[in-house]
Amino acid sequence: MAPRAVAIIAALTVAGLVIGPVTAVILRAEAFSGFRPADWQALRFTLVQATLSALLSVLFAIPVARALARRQFIGRGLLVALLGAPFILPVIVAVLGLLAVFGQSGLLNRALEPLGLPDLQIYGLQGVLLAHVFFNLPLATRLILQGWLAVPAEQFRLVATLGMGRGAMWRAIEYPMLKRIVPGAFAVIFVICLSSFAVALTLGGGPRATTLELAIYQSMRFDFDLARAAVLGLVQLGLALTAGLIALKVTAMPVAAQGLDRHVPRWDRNSLGAKLWDLVWIVLAAAFLLTPLAMVTFNGLAGITTLGAPVWQAAGHSILVALGSTALCLLWALPLATRWGEWLGLAGIALSPLVLGIGLFLIVRPFANPFELALYVTATVNAFVSLPFVLRILRPEAESIRADYARLRDAMGLSGWAWLRWILLPRLKRPLGFAAGLTAALSMGDLGVIALFADPDRATLPLKVYQLMGAYRMDQAAGGALLLLILSLGLFWMFDRGGRVGSST
Amino acid sequence: MALQLDQIEARAGAFVLSADLTVPTGQRVAVIGASGSGKSTLLDVVAGFRRPTSGAVRWHGQDISNLSPGQRPVSILFQDTNLFPHLTIGENLALALNPATGRLRTGDGDRIEASLTRVGLRGFADRKLSAMSGGQQSRAALARVLLQNRPVLLLDEPFAALGPALKTEMLDLVAEVAATEALTVLLVTHDPQDARRFASQTIVVEEGQATPPRHTEDLLNDPPEGLRAYLGER
Amino acid sequence: MKPALTFAAGLLASTTFVAAQDTPVLTVYAGDYIVSEWGPGPKIEEMFEAQCACDLQFKPGDLLPRILLEGAQTDADIVFGLNTDVTKRARESGLFAPHGQDTSSLTLPVEWTDDVFLPYNYGHTAFIYNEERITDVPESFDALLNAPDDLKIVIQDPRSSISGLALVLWVKAIYGDEAEQVWEQLAPKILTVTKGWSESYGLFTDGEADMVLSYTTSPAYHIIAEEDRTKKAAIFPEGHYFMVELSAKVAGTDVPELADQFLEFQLSEEFQTMIATGNWSFPAKLDASKWPEGFKELNLPEKVLFYSEDEAAALRDETVEEWRRALSQ
Repeated sequence: MAPRAVAIIAALTVAGLVIGPVTAVILRAEAFSGFRPADWQALRFTLVQATLSALLSVLFAIPVARALARRQFIGRGLLVALLGAPFILPVIVAVLGLLAVFGQSGLLNRALEPLGLPDLQIYGLQGVLLAHVFFNLPLATRLILQGWLAVPAEQFRLVATLGMGRGAMWRAIEYPMLKRIVPGAFAVIFVICLSSFAVALTLGGGPRATTLELAIYQSMRFDFDLARAAVLGLVQLGLALTAGLIALKVTAMPVAAQGLDRHVPRWDRNSLGAKLWDLVWIVLAAAFLLTPLAMVTFNGLAGITTLGAPVWQAAGHSILVALGSTALCLLWALPLATRWGEWLGLAGIALSPLVLGIGLFLIVRPFANPFELALYVTATVNAFVSLPFVLRILRPEAESIRADYARLRDAMGLSGWAWLRWILLPRLKRPLGFAAGLTAALSMGDLGVIALFADPDRATLPLKVYQLMGAYRMDQAAGGALLLLILSLGLFWMFDRGGRVGSST
Repeated sequence: MALQLDQIEARAGAFVLSADLTVPTGQRVAVIGASGSGKSTLLDVVAGFRRPTSGAVRWHGQDISNLSPGQRPVSILFQDTNLFPHLTIGENLALALNPATGRLRTGDGDRIEASLTRVGLRGFADRKLSAMSGGQQSRAALARVLLQNRPVLLLDEPFAALGPALKTEMLDLVAEVAATEALTVLLVTHDPQDARRFASQTIVVEEGQATPPRHTEDLLNDPPEGLRAYLGER
Repeated sequence: MKPALTFAAGLLASTTFVAAQDTPVLTVYAGDYIVSEWGPGPKIEEMFEAQCACDLQFKPGDLLPRILLEGAQTDADIVFGLNTDVTKRARESGLFAPHGQDTSSLTLPVEWTDDVFLPYNYGHTAFIYNEERITDVPESFDALLNAPDDLKIVIQDPRSSISGLALVLWVKAIYGDEAEQVWEQLAPKILTVTKGWSESYGLFTDGEADMVLSYTTSPAYHIIAEEDRTKKAAIFPEGHYFMVELSAKVAGTDVPELADQFLEFQLSEEFQTMIATGNWSFPAKLDASKWPEGFKELNLPEKVLFYSEDEAAALRDETVEEWRRALSQ
C-alpha cells in the first residue's frame, strides 16, 4: 500500500528529527547534576504563562472568528491576511512594535497622560500574556475561522428553516464545531508558548519570568552543560507531547457532514445586537493587532531605503529558504494529516530550538561542513517547526474529506496518486494555501538555527536585522524589520490568496 | 456462473449478518428489509467495504473476499456522494475510466460523451454537480457506473431522494442499461414497489438473516411473517 | 535597480560554490557581530589578506560551545572574540596554545599577563543615558541606588548575556556581601531584563527607558556615526567593570605560522587604529593620543574593577543567584 508507506516514511523522518538531535546531545553530555531550585521555578512559570496565554488567545479568538465568518465587508480579505502578521514577525521586532504601543512611553500611555490616569505598566505577567496573545490570537482566529467556514452551508440553512434561537444554534452547530477545533488550537499555542524565552523575559520584567528555554540556553551557552540542556529539553518535550495527547483525547472525531460546494449566507446575523457585537470584536482585534504593526512600519520607513546590498542578498536567501521549507513542510504534512500524525508533528515546536540546533550540528559535522549546509538545514528545521501549525490547519479538513469520500474512492478504485491529485489537493486548496502561506512567512521570520550555523555568505534577513541591532544601527534594523514584514506578508498573502481563488466564500 | 455468498458471516459491532445465497449472473435482485436489518451490511460485504468474518464471496466460482473494493468486479451507487462535487462531470468520469491517473487517453473523450448521451446528459461534461438537478445528478452517477464497466452493480437506495416519477424513470433507465450490459444487479430498497418494478427476484433481510432470492411477485403477494409486519397489512 | 540585482544574486548565491584555491587558509571563528558587514570582520579580512598571501575565512557563531563540541577536530586556527567569562573553561580544555606575544606594552587599564588569551580591545560596563531625557543623572552607583523609582533602567540577563554577567560582577566588586540588598534596592528601577544587549539598547533608543546597561564606549558610535552628542555614559567613582575581548590560537592548527602572524597583526598599529571604530571599543595597544577623535571625548572611569578568571568563576553562580533571588521577589 503506497500511501501507507509514504505516511510511515514521513512519520519516521519527523521522529528521527526529534530523537536524533536529542540523542546526539545526550551522547556528548556528561553526568546530569539534578534540578536546581531555580529550575522548578522556571518550570512553574513556564506552565502558568503557557496555559494562560493559550487560554486567552483561544477565548478572544472565538468572537473574532465568528464575526469574521459571518460578515462580508470591503477589505475583509486584506484584514484577514494582515491579522496573520504578528505570528510571523521576528520576536524582537514584534516586541519593539508592542512596546511602541503599550510601553512606558508608548502610544497608550501618552494618550492616557493628559487624562491624568496612572501609567499602564506592561512589564510583568500581564506583558507576557499580552505579547503571547498578540502573537497567537491571529493563529487561533484563523484556525477557528477555518472551522466556521467548514460548517456546511446546509446546516445553517437548516437552522434558519427551523427558526432556531441563538442558544439552540450554539448547541447544534457552533459548540460541536468549537469542541472539535478549540482543543487542538489550544494545544498548539500552549506548546509554542512553552518555548518562549526572549519575549517572556523582556516583557515579564525580569527573572520572575524565567522559562525553561532560558534555562536551556544558559546550560548550553554559558555553563556548557549539555546534560542539563538535554534533560530540560526533554522535560519541555514531555510537557508539549502531554498537552498534545490531552488535546487528542478531548478532540471529538469530525462529524462527517457533506455539504455541496455552494455558498449559502447565514441567517443569524441581521439583528442589531449581533451586528454591534461583531463590529466591536473586529475593531478591537484589528486595533490590537495592527497598531503595533503600524508602528513597526512607521519606524522602519526611514531605514528601509538605506539598506545595503548584503541585506537584499540576505532577503533573497530568506525567500529561497522560505519556499524550500514550504514545499518540504507540505510534503511532510499531507501524509501526516491524521490524529497521530498531528501528535507526532507537535514535536516540531516542542523540541527546544537550541537542542535541535546543537543536535543537528553534532550529527551533520562528521559528514559535511555544517556552514555550507546552513541554508538547507535552516529550510529543513523551519519546515519541521511549521509542521504542527500546518497539521492543525490541514487535519480537520483532510479528515472530513476522507470521511466524506473514502467510500467513493474505494468504490472507484482510485490510486493514491489520483486521490491526491484530483480529490485531496483540490478539496484542501483553501487550508493548503493558508498552511503554505504560514510556513513561508514563519520561515521568513524565523531566526531558527541559522544563528548557530550562520555563514556570512548565507545569512538570512532576520539574522541581518539582529546584526544591525548589534552594531548600534537601530534605524537600519528597523528598516530591515519592515522589509521582513513586507516580504513575509507578501508570501503569506500570495499563498493564502492562491488557496482561496476559486473556492466559494 | 453467479455471484455467490458462501456461508457468509459478517460482524458490525454487536450486529451479525449471515447469508448463504447465490445470485445468478445477469439477474436483477432487490434486497428488502427494515432499517437496521442488515441490508447495507450485506451490500458492504459484496462491495468489499466489510470483510466477512467467515465464509467467502465468490464471483464465477472465484473467491474475491480478499480483494479491495476497487479490484472487485463490482460498481456501486451510494445513497449520496456518487461523484466528487468539486470536479466537473467529465473529470469525474475520466477518474472512473482511469482510476490510476485520472487522465484521458485517446478515445476516452468519446467514451465519456457516449456514456453521457446514453444517460441523457449529452453536453454535460463541463458541468459541476452543483449546477445540476437531482435527477441529472443521478444520471451522471449512472454514467460513472457505466464507464467503470463492472459486471456486478450494487444500488444502495440511490434514488431515495428523488420524487416518485423521477425515481421510476431512473429505475427504468438502470434496468434498461443493466439488460443491455447483462449486469448482475443488487438493489437495496425499502419500497416494495421498487422491487416489483425492477427486480424479478428479491432477497429479504431480517434481523441479520439474508434469505436466498425468491420470485418477487410470489414473495410480495404472500409475504412471510416478518416481512408482512414490515410491509404493513394491506 | 541595484538592490533588485543584488537581490537576484542572493537568490543564486546559495546554489553556487566557490572553487577551492591553493592559497593557505586561516580559519577564524568569530562572534557573529564581528563577522557581519557592520562589524570589524570585513576590514580585518582585507587588511590581513593584504599582508599574508593567504585566505582568511571567518566562521561566525557561538565560539566556545562550538569549539568544545568539535574538540581537536575543529577547523579553527584562531578563535576571535572570547570574553573573560569563558577563558577558564577554554583554558582547561587544552585546545589553545600560548600566543607568544609581548603583553607588557598593552595599553589596558589593568595588568595583563595571560599567555594564552590575547586582548585586542576593551571597554567598561556603564549606564548610558540621553541627556535630553534626564537631567538628574546619578553621579555614583550609590546615587543610582537612591534615585527615585521612576528612573527606569534596562539591563541584560546574566544567564544569557555577557554584559549582564559583567553587571552582577560589577555590583559584587563594589558591594561585596551587600550585593543582594543592592539588587533589592535597584529592583524597582529595573524596567526589564533582556536576553541580550541588542534588545536592551533597542529599548533605550526607542525611549522606553532612561538608562541602559552598555559600555563606556557606546557614546562613541553616536558621536562618530550620527554626530549625536546627547548619549553619555554615567561615570561612577566606585569604579567600572572591565570588559576585554580576546583571541587565541588553536593548538591543533595546521597553519601555526599564519596564526602567529595574525596575532602579531592584531596588536599592530594598523589593526589597533581600525578596531576602535570597527568594534566601537578602546584599542588594547594604542596610545590614547592616537585614538579616533570621538573616542577622545569619552568620559573615562578613574577606577577600573576586574576579577581574575578564577575569582570570577568562583563568584559567578553565587552572584547570579543573588541577582535572581533579589529580582524574583
